[in-house]
Parts: sequence; C-alpha cells; structure tokens
Amino acid sequence: MLKLFKHLKPYTLTVIVTIILIFLQSIAELFLPSLMSDIINNGILKNDINYILKVGGYMLLITAGAVIVTVAASFLIARIAMSFGKDIRDIIFTRVESYSLNEVDKIGSASLITRTTNDVVQIQNVFIMMRMLVMAAMMGIGGIVMAVTRDAKLSIIFVIVLPILVSIMVLIGRKGLPLFRLMQLKVDKLNLVMRENLTGIRVVRAFNRVQEEKKRFDNANKDFMENSIKVNKIMAFIFPAMMFIMSTATLIIVWFSSIRINNMDMNVGDMVAFIQYSSMIMFSFLMGTMMFILIPRAQASADRINEVLDIVPEINDPENPVEFIESKGHIEFKNVTFAYKGAEEPVVNNVSFIAEPGRTTAIVGSTGCGKSTIINLLCRFYDIQKGNILIDGIDIRHMRQSDLRKHIGLISQKSLLFSGTIAENIKFGFEEATDSEIKYVSEIAQVKEFVDELENGFDTLISQGGTNLSGGQKQRISIARALIRKPKIFIFDDSFSALDFKTDSRLRNALKNEVTDSTVIIVSQRVSTIMNADSIIVLEEGKIVGIGKHRQLLDTCRIYREIVASQLSEEELA
Amino acid sequence: MTEREKSQKQSMGLGPGRGIGPVRGFGQGAYSGEKPKDFRATFKRLLKYCSSQKWQIIAILFITILGTLFNIVGPKILGMATNKLVEGFVSKSRALQTQTAVVDGIDFIYIGRILLILLTLYLISAAFTYLGYYIMASVSQKIVYNMRKDINEKLAKLPLKYFDSKTHGEILSRVTNDVDNIATTLQQGLNQIITSVVTLLGIIIMMLTISPLLTLITVLTLPLYTVVMLFITKKSQKFFASQQKTLGELNGHVEEMYSGHIVVKSYNYEKKSITKFKNVNEKLYTYSWKAQFMSGIIMPMMNFIGNLSYVLICVVGGIFALRQTLNVGDIQAFIQYSRQFSHPIAQAANMANLVQSTIASAERVFEIMDEAEEIQDSKDSGIIISPQGIIKFQDVDFSYKKEFPLIEDMNICVDKGQTIAIVGPTGAGKTTLVNLLMRFYEIDNGKITFDDIDIRELKRNNLRSMFGMVLQDTWLFNGTIKDNISYGKLGATDEEIIAAATAAHADHFIRTLPNGYETILNEEASNISQGQKQLITIARALLANPTVLILDEATSSVDTRTESYVQNAMTRLMEGRTNFVIAHRLSTIREADMILVMNHGKIIEQGSHEELLEKNGFYAELYNSQFTGTGNLNS
Repeated sequence: MLKLFKHLKPYTLTVIVTIILIFLQSIAELFLPSLMSDIINNGILKNDINYILKVGGYMLLITAGAVIVTVAASFLIARIAMSFGKDIRDIIFTRVESYSLNEVDKIGSASLITRTTNDVVQIQNVFIMMRMLVMAAMMGIGGIVMAVTRDAKLSIIFVIVLPILVSIMVLIGRKGLPLFRLMQLKVDKLNLVMRENLTGIRVVRAFNRVQEEKKRFDNANKDFMENSIKVNKIMAFIFPAMMFIMSTATLIIVWFSSIRINNMDMNVGDMVAFIQYSSMIMFSFLMGTMMFILIPRAQASADRINEVLDIVPEINDPENPVEFIESKGHIEFKNVTFAYKGAEEPVVNNVSFIAEPGRTTAIVGSTGCGKSTIINLLCRFYDIQKGNILIDGIDIRHMRQSDLRKHIGLISQKSLLFSGTIAENIKFGFEEATDSEIKYVSEIAQVKEFVDELENGFDTLISQGGTNLSGGQKQRISIARALIRKPKIFIFDDSFSALDFKTDSRLRNALKNEVTDSTVIIVSQRVSTIMNADSIIVLEEGKIVGIGKHRQLLDTCRIYREIVASQLSEEELA
Repeated sequence: MTEREKSQKQSMGLGPGRGIGPVRGFGQGAYSGEKPKDFRATFKRLLKYCSSQKWQIIAILFITILGTLFNIVGPKILGMATNKLVEGFVSKSRALQTQTAVVDGIDFIYIGRILLILLTLYLISAAFTYLGYYIMASVSQKIVYNMRKDINEKLAKLPLKYFDSKTHGEILSRVTNDVDNIATTLQQGLNQIITSVVTLLGIIIMMLTISPLLTLITVLTLPLYTVVMLFITKKSQKFFASQQKTLGELNGHVEEMYSGHIVVKSYNYEKKSITKFKNVNEKLYTYSWKAQFMSGIIMPMMNFIGNLSYVLICVVGGIFALRQTLNVGDIQAFIQYSRQFSHPIAQAANMANLVQSTIASAERVFEIMDEAEEIQDSKDSGIIISPQGIIKFQDVDFSYKKEFPLIEDMNICVDKGQTIAIVGPTGAGKTTLVNLLMRFYEIDNGKITFDDIDIRELKRNNLRSMFGMVLQDTWLFNGTIKDNISYGKLGATDEEIIAAATAAHADHFIRTLPNGYETILNEEASNISQGQKQLITIARALLANPTVLILDEATSSVDTRTESYVQNAMTRLMEGRTNFVIAHRLSTIREADMILVMNHGKIIEQGSHEELLEKNGFYAELYNSQFTGTGNLNS
C-alpha cells in the first residue's frame, strides 16, 4: 500500500493543505464544548447575560469557520483521491499495453481487468476513508489533550475504558472477518449452481434432473442462509455493546466529577465539557479500530496492483533497431527452440523452415503440437530461446516490434472484434482506409454478403465481444481487417473454422487474387483447407515430422496420413 | 456523518444508529436512484412475503421500541443528576462565600441512585437492542432464503422460451444482486426505520417536557435539513449516475483491450488504445471527484446546521437559566437531545433511497414470479414403456415470433433406427429441432408423434427420457467426472459408468487425470480440453441409453487425434437408435436416410442425398462447393 502511495508525490502540497484543514476542523469541533462550559461556568453560574451572548457569538463564528474548512477539505480530498486513482489506472493500463503475451499469461487477462478496475476503486475508497482516520486521530488526540487540561486525574478513566473498547472491536473483527470471507465463498457457490442451471437448462430438463437440481440449489441456499445468520448474530452484538460501554463511561465520569466538584477541584461546566470530550475520544478509537480492520482488504488490492507494476516487459525494442520499411516477406525459421516459462519441455523444438512470397505454407498437427506457438513467435509475442527467426534475412529481434508487425496481417484463432461499427472494425487494420477500400476488402472476405442484409449495413454496431454476430461473421470481418492493411505476410491461424464449406471456398477463391505477391501461412485442422498448399509442414510434439506437398506427404508421412484419414473418406483420398 | 455528531449520539446511548453490519460502498445509498414502477403494490407484496415471520417481526417491533424508549429517557434523568450537582455546588460555593460553617454540599445518595437507575436503563436498552438485531438476523435471512427458493422453483417451471429471451446475466442478477439488496435492507433497514421514527418522536416529546420554546428552535431547523439534503443528493445523484456510466465505459475498454491483447499488439494499436483510455479516464475523474465531493459534504452540512442549533440552544438556554426558568441539567439534557435530532433525519433520507431501490429490486424479483409457466402435464397424459423411436411430424407449423413463421406445414416420417441428417450454413437454427422434439417449445399447429402418440399427450419426463443429446456446447457442471457421467442415469453403478466411459473412448484420458473419475471439473471445466468434454458428454448419453439421439457432429476446436476418438464414439453411440444428426461429415450426410436442409432457421429442402442432388437446389450447391477450389491461395 505504501508503495502505491509514492505515486501521491505530485499531490504533496495539496495533501499537506488538506491535513491542515482537517486539523483546523478538529480544533473548531473541540472548541465548542469548551466554550459551552465557559457559558455554564462564567455565564449561567455567574449571572452574566452579556458573557453568554458574547461567547455565543464566538461559537457561531467557529461553527461557520468549521463548515468552510470542512467543505474545502472535502473538495481537496475528493480531487486528490480521484486523481490519484486516475493516475494509478493510467500507469497500470500503459504498463499492461506494453506487456508481451508472456506477461499477460502470467496473470491472466481476466485478473488484469479486475486489477485495473475494481482494485483501483478499492484503493480509492480506502483513500477517502483515510480522511476519517486522520480526523479520528486528531479528534482523539485533541480530545485527550483537552480532557487532560480540564482535569488530568479524571482522565485516568480513559486508561480503563479505551482498552476495553478496542479489545472488543478487535475480538469481534477477528471472529467476524473469517466468517465474512466464508460468506463470500458461499455466495459464489450459490451463484455457481444458479448459473449452471441457467446455462445447462436444456440438459437438466432433457435428463429430467429438475428435482435433483432443486435440491442442489436448496443445499447451497440453506448453507448460505445459515452462515449469514451466524455473521449477522455476531454483528448484532457490536452496536449495543459499544453503546453500553460509552453510556457507562459517561455515568462513571458524572460520578467521579461529582466527588471532585464537591471537593471544589472542578467546575460543573468542566464536567459537561468533559463528557463531550470523552465521547469524542472513544469514538475516535472506535473509528480507528474499524479502519485497521478494513485496511487489510485494500492491502490485498494494493498487492495485486503492485504485482502488475512490478512485472517488467521482457520484449523490448533494440536500442539501435535496423530500419525495416519495405519487406519482401521472406520468412526463415532457423533451428528455433522455444519453451514456455516454467515448462519442462520446449513446445517448439529445433524447427527450421522457409516461407516464401507468392507461396502458401500450411502448418498442421494436433492440438498442443506448437502450431499457434510458431505464429506467436513469428509475431514476436514471445522471444525464442535458441535459433533465429529471420525476415528478409534480418533477425526479428533486431527490428522495432511495430516495424515487424506492420508487415504482418494476422487473423488469429479467436476473432476478436471491438465494440464499434463494422466499418470501424475493418478500419482497425488501416486507419486511413477509404469507404471504397472497405467495400473492396469486404467483398473478398465475404463480409459484404451479410452486411447487405443488415439494416444499418457497415454502420451496424458490434456489441462488446461481438456477441451479436455469429462466429463465421466475426471471422470474415477479422479477415477483412487484415486484408485492408495490404501486408506482405498473411497468417491465417485456423481462421476458416467457423465458416461453412460454401462460404469457405468462396472466400478462398476470392482471396487468391488478393494475396498473389504475399507470403501466406495457414494453420488449420481441416485437411481440405490445406491440401493444395505449396508446402505443408506437419508438426508433432513441437518437432517437424514432415514437409512437402499433399501427395508427397501421403506417401512419406505417417502422421499426415493419420490426420487425413480421420477427415476424408477413402474415395476422397483417391 | 462526522465523528463528533456520531459520538455525541452514541455516547448518550440513544437508539441504535446504523449497525456496523456489512459495509455498503461509499455513497452507494445516495445514488441508487432507480425508481420502482408500482411502489405500493410491490411493497404490499413484499410485506406478504414477510408474513411467514410476522410474529418475530412484531416481537422485533416491540423490543426495538422498548429499547429505544429506555434509551431516550437517559439524558433527561442524567439531567436530574446534574441539577442536583449544580444545586449542591451552588449552595456549597455560597456557603464558602458567606463563610457559613454548615455545608451539606452535594447529595451523593441521590446522584448515586440516579446513576444506578441509568446504568440499569442502559443495560436493559442494550439488551433489547441486541435482542432486536439478533432476532432480525434470522428473520431477514429466512425471508430471503424462501424468496430464493421460490424463484428457483419458479424457474424450473418456466418454459425455455423465457430463458432464451433473457441473458443469463440478467436472470442471475435478479436471483443474487436483487435478493441480496432486499436482504440487506431488511436486516439493517427494519430496525433502523423503527428506531429512527421512535427516536424522533421520543426526542421531540422529551424536549417538549424540558422547554417548548427551545424545542421550537430545534424543530425549525428541520426544513433546513430537508432542503439541504434534497439539494445535495439531487446533485450528487446526477454525478454518480454519470460516474457509473463512464466507469462502465472505462471497464468496457479495458476488458476489450486486455482480452484482445494479441490483436492490439499485432495491429500496433497500443498507443491509440492508451490515448483512448486516458480520455475516458480523465472524463471519469471529472465526474467522480464531483460525485465524491457532493456526497462528502452532506455530513458536514448536516453537522453545520446541527451546530447552529447547538449554539442557539446554548445561548437561549443560558439566558433561560439566568431567568431561573431552566436548570443547567435541563440544558445539558436538551443539548444531548438536539444533538441526536439530526441523526434520524439523515438516516430517514438515506433510508428513503434504500427503500426505493429495494422495492425496485423486489419488483424485478416478482416479475420472474409472475411469468407464465410451462403448460403442465395433463392428468391423463401417458407414458411409453418400451419406446421404438418412430417419429412423425404432421403438418407442423412453428414460429418463435408470430410475425416470422419458421416452419410451415412440415411433414416427415422417421422410422425406427433411421438417421436424419440436418445440414445448412452456420447459425441456421438447428436448435429449433431440439426444442420441438423435446417439447421445450410448443408448436403452433399440427402434431408431432412419438410411436404414433402425440407428444403433448405424454408426460414430459417420459418424453425427454427417451431422448439423448450431445451438442456442441457441452454442459458439464462443477462436480466429479463420475457425477457428470452418471447425470444421465440416477444411481448408476461404478461399473456402468466405467463401461460407458470406455465405450466413449474417455476411460483412458480420465485415468490419466490426477484423481481419475473423482477429478472435480472446475467452474468453467477448463481443467480438461474441449474434446475431452465432448467425450464425457458422449459417455453421459451412452449411459442414459436413449431411444432417440440428437447429435451435433461439429468438433471444432478439437484436435485431430481426439477428433477421431470423438467420431468413433459418436458412431458407436448412434448404433441401433433413431438419430437426428446435425451433420458436418459428408459420409454421415450421404448415408443418412433423410437430409433436412436448413437455412435462416427454415427447413428449405428435404430428401435423400441423391434426390437432393437431382433437384439441383441449395443442397447441391452446398455439396459441390465443398471440394472445389480448396487450399492454395497463391495459385
């Protein structure tokens, strides 16, 4: 947490001003009881009406001053807290954008999202609570000072009452917090059962398991209820207990004050003021203890954020990059070996091949054989451990990442689209694209066919995650997005999987004329998609077990034959 | 609430304020500005829900009132002690001044007695308050437990139409968030409302007994409170709403950029993404600091008004004391009362918002309860004991929406053991068939028969038990693999389960998992691969041994090796059954007894492979396109 607070540096001055304002506020609050006791002591008991009016006037002034100071403090604190949150969010986001896939894998994108959003909000909330903490501390200390100056001996009461108060709070906190955590688990379980019932409703009903599912839900529901009752019962204790301790403290003060007043050691007004101070002090301690119970929650958030900030991206641009403006698209893998962090076995093992412009190179193999990894290595989303990846003879680690990727049109396995119109999504590939260019690539990518059926055409909004489009439509848009860049290297990573055969073949027929000069790499599971490629690379467990054309491989490569046999019937093989 | 105000209130032990229960987010109460459509009706209905606990609630009502009353009299009695103290003090100082020897001083017996009485009162009050909260803990939870249970049971009765028209998130949010909202309000709110009202009334009465004029001064501040509260909450609600909206926008951007990281990287989009983020973030900042500021000044403003009346009371009370119309103890008591005065008001304002959003939540919950249920099985509906699997569609019309007829006048006749292939482009609405066969949806016209019996005359359980389905989105639940496989047959033995798994080619991979059949599939079932999931669903269907099978052949995102296993398992599954196959493999299609060609959700052609090729229609085009122009893009 403290580590995050170093980002507060630009606000040092404002923070100091705020603390001074809070300080003034607490002084004002502390002065009022003191003035009131003066009214009793010097006004009422001495029959001085003018004194009462005069002091009353002071009190009004102080009240007015206090409200101005408080509002000013609120203003500053709101601005600092939110600005601080904004800064942290900026830092996190910028950092994550510089991550390679390696770093994203480490934390996971879902977790990164919560860290950028919810965790920062948590920190912000604590920050606002800090104001209460500062105020509580000042009121507590101020109250003690005032109480002691009024009557030092009577102040001994606090030595007894305060520890009781704090220990009760801590005790309840200790008992309650684990239950709260447990409650979160039970809620999750309840939600899980409910969600499963919703997503699997057809299965549940088809298998006639409605009664059993009801029972499962009821168990989770009951479990949650019982736990909540337990928590609430413990919580029910806090308030009355605190109330009683504070009230009793007042009574004790009155009793001992009476004795001291009788001995002429104290004034009546002092007693009244003392009672008010005592409640301020006790309340401050209550607040303080509560804060210390709540802060660890934010600590967890702070730790998670720091973890993000502590990760330094491993893939950086070289200091003196080779200028790489025009590319021919000649790709060469030279004895490339790569293992994921912490993995025992390399996922790509001593792989060498060449992909040339104007030719189609296909990669096949079973899941986990390293097909997609090869693509990720070529785009330099990960750095290889051994060997070289060369484009036009230049090692990709010697060029800027942006220069490298400028020449690549990657259509990834998952067609990730962004919210915005269809046109905007296509333009994502090339910001300055004109409408006619968009139309052109849309025709090739078979996007136009379904866009024309839409009411708003290219201006149709794609919802977040592209949920309003089918898988095939999304794939076609992401192909259009790559086409519009006119890259030298096309990578189709299983990009036709969601298309039906008809659209698939139409699309590929149209593509042919578009990519004549480019280097095309196709990764696919479908034999029909790759069997006419100029060169087919067969991967098995990270190693190349065959390179060649379809016919050739059928004769020489056992694994290729197996793959083909599982998909095509005998007559199609012939 | 500032520390001082709260401390004032609590030190005097007046009425429970907000419990320290589950902490609500900052200013959350202030911005949940949604309004229910029919407040009264929903409120009444919610009350009815609480009626199962009515005796407990009545008990809480009395206990809370008593607890509050005991507390309210506290300051007044304490004032009596102070008066005695002052009396003694004054007489003593007079005695000292006049050098009189007789000093009776302070009446300790009297004061001591009063303090003891107060101690007892506070103790009783605390006990009552605790009791109130204690009972409420069970009451509120039991009410929402019943509510959840009712919703769940209701959901089980709703037709699939309902679930298909709503997102899961939407329904889920009603069952969890909305019900939680109701629970929290019940838990904290009920006690608070009672206490606030009783406290407010009690205080006014107590103040009146001390000094009507001072009471007037205090009561006059009431409208001031209200105006200030209203003004500020209105403003802050606006800002909070904008803040929430912008936060949503920001979260959306973050989510997209992070989950699309690979695209962002490969299209060199990082800089633009950061710029966009910074813009939204800046916008968020301007709204959020304003919202925060507005909600932050509510309590200082309330406090300010409280202080104003505090000063007035001190001065006016002081003057009264001079004129001997009031005692010091009275002033002290009065100040304590006036200090507590603002608190119930602030609380009431807060509660008003809370109650509104709670009623809105309740309304959404009741909406589910009011949904039309699936038509119940009629009493004389029958069952088929030894099913054959002969299925006929006779003049069937069906539409999801009346305006868009999907199936018109459909007639098919499927004999025992036949295979029907359903083909068509992606997203052609193949689930419709599942929906009709299993009677998840009702047809508009005509009839569907199973072994020549109208499926509407069969018990749903019986009808569905004759079907098995293996769809592309494999639904597995959070539980052991064994439980997931035996889902198809209650009380299946281990041998049966293993036999089914073996037949589905799943036994081998299951045994390689750390806990074998006892391996628990996690929430997203992400600890096994997609292909393995499909194998498990096949095993599940095998174990259930249905007469008719609905199968989706699609095996995308399954690797080739596993794919061959899956296909072998599917072939075995289909043996000896009537099959409806959403076909992807040519061999299946060609060997099928009948092919249904679907497009845009409609069945556009039907017949055998040869018949359809001859027809030279959509199917022929689809078929011919498959093996032309494959592969090489550069040639």
